[in-house]
Amino acid sequence: MKNKYDVVIIGSGIIGSLTARYLSRYNLSVLVVEKEIDVGMCPSSANSAIIHAGYDPKPGTMKAEMNAKGNRIWHSLAPELGIVFEKTGSLVVATSEDDVSKLKQLQEQAAANNIPGVEILDKEQLKTREPLINPEAVAALWAPTAAVLDPFGAVLAAAENAVANGVTYLFETEFTDFIIDSGRITGIRTTKGDFICRRVINAAGLYADEVTRKAGARIDFSITPRKGSYLIFDPMKITLKNVIFPVPSEMGKGILASTTTHGNVLIGPNNEACDGKNDTATGEDGLMEVFNGAKRLIPSLDLKNVIAQYCGVRAKGNGTGDFIVEKASEVQGLINLLGIESPGFASAPAIALRVIELLKESGEKLEEKPDWNPVRKPFPHFHRMSNVERKKLIAKNPAYGRIVCRCEEITEGEILDAIHSPVPARTYDGIKRRTWMGTGRCQGAFDYPRVIAILSRELGIPAEEVTKKGKGSELVYRGTKECAQ
Amino acid sequence: MNTTYDVVVVGAGPAGLAAAIEAKKTGAGDVLIIERNDEPGGILPQCIHNGFGSVIFKKDLPGPAYAYNFIEEAKTLGIEIVLDTMVLNITPDKKITAANSRDGFLEFEAGAIILAMGCRERTRANIRVPGDRPAGVFTAGTVQRLVNIEGLMPGKNFVILGSGDIGMIMARRLTLEGANVLKVVELMPCLTGLRRNYVQCLQDFNIPLSLSTTIKRIIGKKRVEAVETVKVDESLNPISGTQETIACDSLLLSVGLIPENELSKKAGVILDPLTGGPAVDENMATNINGIYAAGNVVTIYDLVDYVSKAGMIAGTNAALYTMGKSSSPKYYRLIPGDGVRSVVPQRINTSNIALKSSSTEILIELRVLHEFDSKVFIDIMDGDKVLYSHMEKYARPAEMITLRVDTSKLAGATGDLTVVVSSK
Repeated sequence: MKNKYDVVIIGSGIIGSLTARYLSRYNLSVLVVEKEIDVGMCPSSANSAIIHAGYDPKPGTMKAEMNAKGNRIWHSLAPELGIVFEKTGSLVVATSEDDVSKLKQLQEQAAANNIPGVEILDKEQLKTREPLINPEAVAALWAPTAAVLDPFGAVLAAAENAVANGVTYLFETEFTDFIIDSGRITGIRTTKGDFICRRVINAAGLYADEVTRKAGARIDFSITPRKGSYLIFDPMKITLKNVIFPVPSEMGKGILASTTTHGNVLIGPNNEACDGKNDTATGEDGLMEVFNGAKRLIPSLDLKNVIAQYCGVRAKGNGTGDFIVEKASEVQGLINLLGIESPGFASAPAIALRVIELLKESGEKLEEKPDWNPVRKPFPHFHRMSNVERKKLIAKNPAYGRIVCRCEEITEGEILDAIHSPVPARTYDGIKRRTWMGTGRCQGAFDYPRVIAILSRELGIPAEEVTKKGKGSELVYRGTKECAQ
Repeated sequence: MNTTYDVVVVGAGPAGLAAAIEAKKTGAGDVLIIERNDEPGGILPQCIHNGFGSVIFKKDLPGPAYAYNFIEEAKTLGIEIVLDTMVLNITPDKKITAANSRDGFLEFEAGAIILAMGCRERTRANIRVPGDRPAGVFTAGTVQRLVNIEGLMPGKNFVILGSGDIGMIMARRLTLEGANVLKVVELMPCLTGLRRNYVQCLQDFNIPLSLSTTIKRIIGKKRVEAVETVKVDESLNPISGTQETIACDSLLLSVGLIPENELSKKAGVILDPLTGGPAVDENMATNINGIYAAGNVVTIYDLVDYVSKAGMIAGTNAALYTMGKSSSPKYYRLIPGDGVRSVVPQRINTSNIALKSSSTEILIELRVLHEFDSKVFIDIMDGDKVLYSHMEKYARPAEMITLRVDTSKLAGATGDLTVVVSSK
């Protein structure tokens, strides 16, 4: 295994992967180390899936700057990387006159942050835009540049494009320490050995505080994880046209309702204390808080139509709560990206480009590769195709004719694409996140046995080694008595 | 394979097989069954326990044997079955699109269609069990397939949530395969599956059952490590202080079945919110001319024999429709009244009950709203007038009641009919 790189990125979430993707443009050898078995397993795949317009952060902060820039970049980046991106716009809904004055404050903030097109809608305009809205709503702030995307799909697209341009990803590789020589980082230690490098980019998200402390930098910075739960609804039962927020409070943007790029209504998140950074357990109280919160926006939501629930963890930093995007001053060769909570996803491309600037300022001579390909073509998605396209696709490869996931109509061809992609899926959840297999009404009850068989065959491992999300999450443990004989 | 068929059946489970066979016997020309699995029989091939066929074959058969009888008959009659093929869409004018990896993208036109897609299991999300999301949470039917078809054991120590039939049957099956089934917990104060399954699958194997108990939390980051149970009160609210943590590596869910009607909706078929399946008449006709439905896609049955019977009725009538022997009927509705949760059929063709002399039997399937410990009467009422009355020794929500009603009994009906249950 190669153990010498120019740049090592710690973490393969949206920040790490987009940084890798933008860095792949230059003549540098880049390594991404990830402790999990796949990209974006932490907050990057469990969030609200919204590219916020940018009226929310306080003007003059790093958050405000990165959000506004990031939103603009996403509009051109998403098509370049083949990411499904719905330009829905967003609404902040007021249910009292007191709320209306808050909308006006937000509108002023939008102007200060340079967010285009933000206006206040009256009751009638709101009702037309979102027929299911609470009839008690009196007005709303309309932000046309807000958008919705598939967050895991976005991380994957960035990672695939980075790999296609020469970046190396190592999974199940946990950072343990820096190698520092005379105040300068010369490498990192990991559970898979040491890697020599000139620059390290700390994109470790929830764990970024622990990483920077190992370098003796920002030792007073700490992350207090906060949980947010979500509920997902059956798309055959309800859909919404917009992203809908309540009026924000001290605690944040509040419990929102939106429709994912797959057509499911999503509600959440609440804001709960965590029992550790990997505590993604949902609780009945939290889920009911989410439901009751969203019901204030959309009264017709019905618990009966919930088809999935999950919980994400925010990387909430201490201090001012603003993003920290900087060259570490205590040690040379480290770029810290700290406290990247919401609107982190919206800000990610701007943060990644800022990292490039910081590298240049550090003296890195970034030469562009003549053959850099910024375009990543998405894999076929059978469910979204017309019958004519489906016919052609199956004719080309019959594996697209075998539907493995009945609710989402995911074909064996798509599963094979996921397993053999530049950033390959090696687990059940890896396929699920890439293809949306098993995310529908039956939640995988139908596909489980089929996918165990496919993963076993394609990876050349026995069924007993097929996992849901990496070692320790095996799905079956032995053959039956008859099979064992 | 043709591109046009007289009758196309969606699903080769017990309802679909019986429907196709009866359609062919009644005189339909080309009959095709489209099946998404790689073998016919629906869920039956994985139901290797006995308990099937008491009504139709007067025998106690295991699932595969029950299915085999129908599969062989379908073959003999020249019915085409296309396997490993998923139907993607059905239109109200009876055009079907489907796909498989052998023939590619398929398009059919049908004279009549029989919907026999069966049902799916309710999931963890449907009942919102909170906690971690590790490997090791399975629905009972999925485990049944893993064990009985794939030959794979998904765990060592199981807790089962829900006293549905598949759950109890799997409790026994897993025990026989060497796993420990630590406990079955049931939210309701009564069994939701059949009593005979409780006796044969839990009692006989000393597997404890806790009623009025549910799972409060799933614990385990990678694989299930434990579940936390809690007792519930009469309004199903958790009683604090009754939590118990049970170490296990698997949680099996047997918490009910839902008719699978996404295709029905695409075809414009109207569903009954009480059953979750198409509203049908006694011929199993839906609101769309020429589209019939039968089996668990219509309502969840207890016994496969009645699923097959419903399939036969649908098959016969779909064939008659393609042969031009069915007129557009007038209906009286059949309405669930006091004590009744749901009833199938939801409407009855008035021409079938007009003549006192005609004597055909129709099947009416119903479920009651709550338990009746002693004798109950099930009455079909025309206003205040009782047209038909039937006595049962007891009635439970978990057990479907099948009425075999001679249509002559309903002659003289003047309007919509109501089914009521009372202990009098």
